[in-house]
This record gives sequence, structure tokens and C-alpha cells, in this order.
Amino acid sequence: MSGFSLSAPVLNRIGPKLSPRLRPVVLGAILPVGLLIGWQAIVSAKLAPSYMVPSPADVVLRLQMEFYGGTFWLDVGSSLSRVLRGFAIGSAFGLAAGLALGLSRIAEGLFGPLFMAYRQVALFAWVPLLSMWFGGGETGKLAFVSLSAFAPVVVNTWRASRAIPEKLRELAAVLTFGRLDYLWLIALPGALPGIVTGLRTALIYAWIATVGAELFLDIAPGLGGRLNEGRDKFEVDLMLVALLLLAGLGMVFSRAAAFAESWLLRWRTR
Amino acid sequence: MTRAGGIATSLAVPVLLLVLWSVSSAEGWLPDQLLPAPSEVWQQLVENAASGDLWTNTLISLQRVGEGFALGAIAGLVVGACIGLSRTLREMVEPLFLFLAQVPPLGWIPLAILALGIDEGMKVSVIAWASFVPVVLNVAQGMRDVPTGLRELGRVLTFDPWFLFTRIVLPSAVPQIFTGLREGLANAWQTMVAAELFASSEGLGYLISLGRQLFQLDLVLAMVVVLGVVGLAVNGGMALIERRLLRWQGSSRGQAA
Repeated sequence: MSGFSLSAPVLNRIGPKLSPRLRPVVLGAILPVGLLIGWQAIVSAKLAPSYMVPSPADVVLRLQMEFYGGTFWLDVGSSLSRVLRGFAIGSAFGLAAGLALGLSRIAEGLFGPLFMAYRQVALFAWVPLLSMWFGGGETGKLAFVSLSAFAPVVVNTWRASRAIPEKLRELAAVLTFGRLDYLWLIALPGALPGIVTGLRTALIYAWIATVGAELFLDIAPGLGGRLNEGRDKFEVDLMLVALLLLAGLGMVFSRAAAFAESWLLRWRTR
Repeated sequence: MTRAGGIATSLAVPVLLLVLWSVSSAEGWLPDQLLPAPSEVWQQLVENAASGDLWTNTLISLQRVGEGFALGAIAGLVVGACIGLSRTLREMVEPLFLFLAQVPPLGWIPLAILALGIDEGMKVSVIAWASFVPVVLNVAQGMRDVPTGLRELGRVLTFDPWFLFTRIVLPSAVPQIFTGLREGLANAWQTMVAAELFASSEGLGYLISLGRQLFQLDLVLAMVVVLGVVGLAVNGGMALIERRLLRWQGSSRGQAA
């Protein structure tokens, strides 16, 4: 993250001379504030019809309305619960499958190619299929979110548990570890960095899949459903509020995932 | 394990599943709406291929991916290079960009439909945005992560900025740039399917949603297979290009990556 740059000397001279702590805040605010002013200018000059481009104040009002009088909490809660439940189910299965593939040559030979073939299909192609098998309601949504979280955990766990150093395997052999001891004392800790990467990716996938499931499947409380509602009723302010919340929640997820990763891997000295 | 033995093992489970599937539909264990016979899925593939529907729809889907990816990747290379090279620009652009990037690409579809209609423009824009994000992130990272030794070398040799960029920064960022392009292409592919499922009258995703509406699960399954095969081909093509372009890196590649 050093400041290596070609054009920076020039640009930095143009840029305000600020204290290092204030600098990123001020610079980071330029674009959002500029956009906001431009947006308000478009609205004030009536360059676009107000149903197409609501004013920033409208959006804030809508946010307030959803927050106090609307179904805001229910929507956020429903989306969150779908992400977390799907993530839990998908990654539990993914962990088991990934360890099996990584630790057993037979399982790898039998199921590895099949899994790789499954991976080639785009995620959303499964939505119609799952909705026919599990319905478009909660079960179908959950099935899709779980499936989305499954694959990245499998891939990373598989790769990581396969790559456990020969030395550690020999050590386990010398100490005559049983299967379970090997799994618990060698394989899991050894593969943990890879597993954690897989879990982090799975959380992002689960998040994408939740929004997808809410957009594609039956209408139910949730932020994706509100997006659809905004489109059907032509309420752009509602859509912008939903998108803002999606971005905010996404931020929270990636922060939480990064924190969980460093906490889980805190014992590593490197 | 011998090569032939390996192939036999890897085919064992798929073949077993296929047999189980055939038996299940022959015996009527599951209703046809839930699981059509493999022969029906095959029939759908053959019919769609014979009528030409398969090819036209595949081409349309590929065209959308191609256009969206090209736009997103080119814009991503430019923006990524700018914020990778200039700290000021990075500090200006990154917060807003990272915030917007948190919304799953398909979350933009409903808004894009209102703003752009349901035509190609909407699909291509959403696909372009989906591929833009990882390209920007990886290109910027790659250009920031130029090894200090190389940078100092450039300084010692008093390279001018352009020379420094083309001879040192760009080559050392290439692996990461390709990571971004690969992720961008994968995102473009995923988003294409999502956009076609959501609002479309042509393309592979459309055929899938048509199959769902008509309760023709055989059509759905056939198109899932097609999506898998085409996806594999697209990924394979990308990997091939990457290998050719990175050939010069040879053994130092692992180090750089």
C-alpha cells in the first residue's frame, strides 16, 4: 500500500495539503458530494421527470419512512436470515465434502470430476430447477442460497486439505494417529487458511444468491423483493433505498468476514 | 492409478447416477414434472440443435457476454490503472467504488430496467458493470504491488515514467491483471444468465425460464447442460490466452503471483 506512483507527484501537488489522517476522508468525500450536488442540480433544473429521478431529500424521507413506519426491519431481517441460514447449511455440507475430496483419494477420484462439471454451470441456471423442486417460497430460496455457498467451500477445503505438507503426514504416521486424530489435529488446522478463504467467498456468494433468490422467486419480505416492488410500482426512491441498504449490508459482511478471518487465523505467526 | 483407471473411476459415479436416473423415470419413482427421463433431456438437446434454436440462442448469449465484458474490461483496465498508479486518485475514487461494488451486480437489474428498458442496453450495461468491478480491483492491486527492487531499479536507471510503466509496472502486474480479467469474465457469464432469466426473449437464460414457465423440466435441464459446456469452453479459451501471454514469465510466475 505504499504510494508508488507515476503521476502522483503532479497530482499530489494539485491535491490539498492535508494532514495524513484527514486526507483520505476529504479526498474520499469529493466524488460522493459532487454526485449529490449534480443529482440535486438535475432535480432542481427539472432536467428529468421526478418519477424517474427523485430528489436526494425524497430518498432520505423514504428511508425514514421505511425505518419508522415501514417494513424496513422485517426486510433486512429476512434477507439477513436467508444469507446466514443458507451460508450455514451450504458451508457445513461444503466442509464435509471438501475434506472428503481432499483427504481420500478414492472420494476424489469418484466425485472430483463430477463436482468440477457441476461447477461449470452458471449459478443462476439452478434457480428455475430448484424452484421447481423446492417451490418458489422459503425452501426454494434457502436451497439456492445453500447451493451457492456450497461450491466455494468445497473447492477451497479440497485444495487446502490436499496440500497438507508431507512432513506433517509422516509425523502423523510416526505418532500412529487414528483417522479422527489426523483430521482434528493435522488436517483441519493445516487446511484452515484455505477453509477460511472458502468460507469468506461462500458468504459473498450467499449474499449474491439471496438477492437473486429474492428477485427471481416468489415475493416475500426481503430487500430483493423491495427492489422488485419498486420496479413494479415505478418507485425509484424505494429502489434507491433498497440499493443503499444492500451496499451497506454488503460492507458489514465483508468487514465481518475479514475480522472473522484474522481472528480464526490469529495463531499463525506468519 | 493408471490413466485409464483414473478415467474409469471418474466416470463411475456419473454413469451410476445416469443409470439410477433412467431406472427412476422408467419405474416412475418421481413424477415427470420433477425429473424427466434422461432420454427426454437428450431429445430436447437434439431438437433444439436441429431447429437451430440452440445455436442462435447460444450466440446471442455469447454476444451479450462478449460486449459487456469488453466494455467492462476496457473501462476497468483504464480506471484500475489510474487508481493503481496515483494515490490521490485512489483515495478519491476507492471509497465510493467499494461502496457501490458491495451491491450484487444483479441487484442493479431492476433499476437498470427502469432507466434503460429491457433491451440489450440494459443487459450489456449490467454485465459490463459486473466485469468492471474485479478488473478495477485487481489491476489497481497489481500495479501497486510492484516489487520494491524493481521500482528502485527503474529509479537507478532513471527511466522516464512511460518507460517505467511499460517496462516494469505493466509486466509485473500482468498476472494480477489476468486474475481480474478471469474473474471479470466469470462475473459477466453469471450476470448474463441472471439478466436473461430476469428479462429477456432470447438467449440461453431465456430458454431456461421458458422451460420453467411451460413446466418443461427437460428443456431446463438440457439448457443447464449447454450452459455448463459453453461455460467450460469460455473458461478454457481464457486460460489458453492467459498461458500464451504469460509464457515469457516461465518459472518466475509462481513468485510473482
